[in-house]
Amino acid sequence: MASYETHEYDVLIIGAGGAGLRAAIEAAVGDLKVGLVCKSLLGKAHTVMAEGGVAAALANVDERDSWRVHFADTMRGGQYLSNARMAELHAQESPDRVRELEAWGALFDRTQEGGILQRNFGGHQYPRLAHVGDRTGLEMIRALQDHGIHQGIEVHMENTVVSLLKTGDRVSGAFGYEREKGRFKIFAAKAVVLATGGVGKAYQITSNSWEYTGDGHSLAYHAGAELIDMEFVQFHPTGMVWPPSVRGILVTEGVRGEGGILTNSEGRRFMFDDIPELYVNQTADNPEEGWLYTQGDREARRPPELLTRDHVARCIVREVQEGRGSPHGGVFLDIAWIKEKIPNAPEHIRRKLPSMYHQFKELADIDITQEPMEVGPTTHYIMGGIRVDADSQMTAVPGLFAAGECAAGLHGANRLGGNSLSDLLVFGKRAGEYAAQFAVENEAVPLDTAEIDTIAGHTLKPFENPSNAGNGEQLGPYDIQAQLQEKMQELVGIARSQESLTQALAEIQDLREKAEIVHAIGNREYNAGWHTALDLDCLLTVSEAIALAALERRASIGAHSRDDHPEKEEPGAGKYNTIIKKTDDGTMEIYRQPVDELRADLQEIIDEMG
Amino acid sequence: MAKATFRIWRGNTDGAQFVDYDTEVSEGMVVLDAVHRIQAEQANDMAVRWNCKAGKCGSCSAEVNGQPKLMCMTRLNDLPLDEPVTVEPMRAFPLIKDLVTDVSWNFKVKEKMKPFTPRPPDAEDGTWRMEQEDIDHIQEFRKCIECFLCQDVCHVLREHDLHDEFIGPRFFVYAASLEMHPIDTENRLEELKDSDGIGYCNITKCCTKVCPEHITITDNAIIPLKERVVDEFYDPIKKLFRVFNR
Repeated sequence: MASYETHEYDVLIIGAGGAGLRAAIEAAVGDLKVGLVCKSLLGKAHTVMAEGGVAAALANVDERDSWRVHFADTMRGGQYLSNARMAELHAQESPDRVRELEAWGALFDRTQEGGILQRNFGGHQYPRLAHVGDRTGLEMIRALQDHGIHQGIEVHMENTVVSLLKTGDRVSGAFGYEREKGRFKIFAAKAVVLATGGVGKAYQITSNSWEYTGDGHSLAYHAGAELIDMEFVQFHPTGMVWPPSVRGILVTEGVRGEGGILTNSEGRRFMFDDIPELYVNQTADNPEEGWLYTQGDREARRPPELLTRDHVARCIVREVQEGRGSPHGGVFLDIAWIKEKIPNAPEHIRRKLPSMYHQFKELADIDITQEPMEVGPTTHYIMGGIRVDADSQMTAVPGLFAAGECAAGLHGANRLGGNSLSDLLVFGKRAGEYAAQFAVENEAVPLDTAEIDTIAGHTLKPFENPSNAGNGEQLGPYDIQAQLQEKMQELVGIARSQESLTQALAEIQDLREKAEIVHAIGNREYNAGWHTALDLDCLLTVSEAIALAALERRASIGAHSRDDHPEKEEPGAGKYNTIIKKTDDGTMEIYRQPVDELRADLQEIIDEMG
Repeated sequence: MAKATFRIWRGNTDGAQFVDYDTEVSEGMVVLDAVHRIQAEQANDMAVRWNCKAGKCGSCSAEVNGQPKLMCMTRLNDLPLDEPVTVEPMRAFPLIKDLVTDVSWNFKVKEKMKPFTPRPPDAEDGTWRMEQEDIDHIQEFRKCIECFLCQDVCHVLREHDLHDEFIGPRFFVYAASLEMHPIDTENRLEELKDSDGIGYCNITKCCTKVCPEHITITDNAIIPLKERVVDEFYDPIKKLFRVFNR
């Protein structure tokens, strides 16, 4: 084996957003040696973008809330495809995880009594989201970061992992490169936690940054772990649509939580036109009741703008398709209208939604206290991901764990807003805890050196591929990425069909061949083109998984909509999850697994909550 | 579509210079969009740091036409496009490549500061009671996205290179957020006076002017900290008190 800079850890965490940081902090509780690898600088991961809040049944604002209601809300929002054990653990443990952040310096907005304030959000029965204005994610990642840096964790910033290492069946570490000089590094570890976030970069319109190329999903898949429910990609209903350069940037659901309404070009509140059966009893049937709900009236029901994200996104698409959209292909989101209801509305809006105010003012010349915003769906989150054990977060590969967005199970067919921040705290902690336990109970295994040289060679291939490989068909890394994004947006977006998905799979195969011969210019030093070329493999893997799973689910449920199968369940198929696995010959295999019957006590909660 | 010229700093520690790129610009574009377009179409290997593209992560700090800015929040229609737009890395930090600098010093500074140390919880469930009005001013400090533009523009770091004796505006804001935290019990005044070098700041307010989060760094964080240091160490009555207390 060539010689590489090697670091040895008990537990290696890949990804330093909320889940990775939380896992690292937990793994470091004993005297284990913990390494943390992240693609960007510390504190820049996408958790920082989370705006609205973290869901936890603290019952500080409405004492009727409890873990049981949170559990039922999560299951309903996920269309009962969630892993019930994960939903149970999540609802039970998130209050403690939030309170613990306060002990690490986080400062949430306060109630009159001096406790943590909570706000309304889509699909949550009671005000449940602990928040800091509309910059909750920043507060959380900073609290975790500032606490984490004193726990003896070794951090490798701006390092990208390109492959997991295995010895026999077990994970034995990871192989990657550091951006600055492009040098290779080996991270040997007894246990590895994947916390790499999402896949948004597979789509053209997304709220995700360059980092979100499905690395964890792809690393786990190639290492032999399973992916579950990959068809469920959340298109957040409200992204910016104008100007073009900001298309996709997130507009927090908090705008609607504070009383913002959605209207079409005719000025109609179209969300009242279609209220799903599961939510009829919980939804206001007139604007006044909806307004009262947002202002804390406990007897009022929530306005239809706060229905689940999958539904709101579909309604917006319908309005646009039927010609009632805004000038730039979205609909209107209006918070300025509340001046009819409360004095000093502009000041109130600026205080409750400061970063939205600045975002629109600075990027779109819109004063949201005076005029409506234009919004439309944007790729935001993937509910599907690496299949894990509910309690320990371990994958099918011994020693390999996953948490946060790259893991799956909690959110089923649709994630409720605020449940991702609580997800990453609850399961980040669990992954760190169980990975540490695994590292204590198992000896380190020697690395497979032959494998490492092969991976290193593959990583340098974009430099060795000849420029213009001869047939005139060669595309650069950015071109391939852009074409993939375009195809995924068009063919595997909000509206899907057998035809579009079959075509998508063919396009992905074609782009995979182009990616094989992609050429990177320049040298290994901080070379964005080379990095983009390497990320393509992950993007293509997750894109194929999403399209394949979407083809397999011949129904329209949660975030997954099939034009050719509008019904919620395929006749006779029952409730199932889709599972993807790499076969021995390297192809992607998919099968269905029926959803386990609910434990009696959990079923009782669901029956009771209606 | 209109065209504009971007004069971008290219190179590494072995040598670097401005290179001109012409690219198409359209309505609403920000500097980062133009840099990305150039990267995708003309300079695949150009190094630039960015993440959220919405002014929330503080990754894409650079100097645009000589002004410290987040590239993602700098609109092209606010710049004169009839002349080249210069885009260069932050000058107070060592260059890595192109628009990317080595900001690791900042992370080391933070690690050395005394961490948040809360008093025992107020309630049995392990929580504390705090009034919103008591935390408003700290929440202002906690808006910081760690873009380090304040560090870049601070002459103590930029011109005098006192990185070993002075922690810079970012970390005075951080210290203020801890010192004024209603439940923190630690005292950081001695470090602020000695190793953190707060005395070097002569309140030119350059940091406040460039802060993309509009944190009033000098008035709300640095000056109150300076006052606390003075009260603690230079107040004659306190000094006398300390002598007698020994």
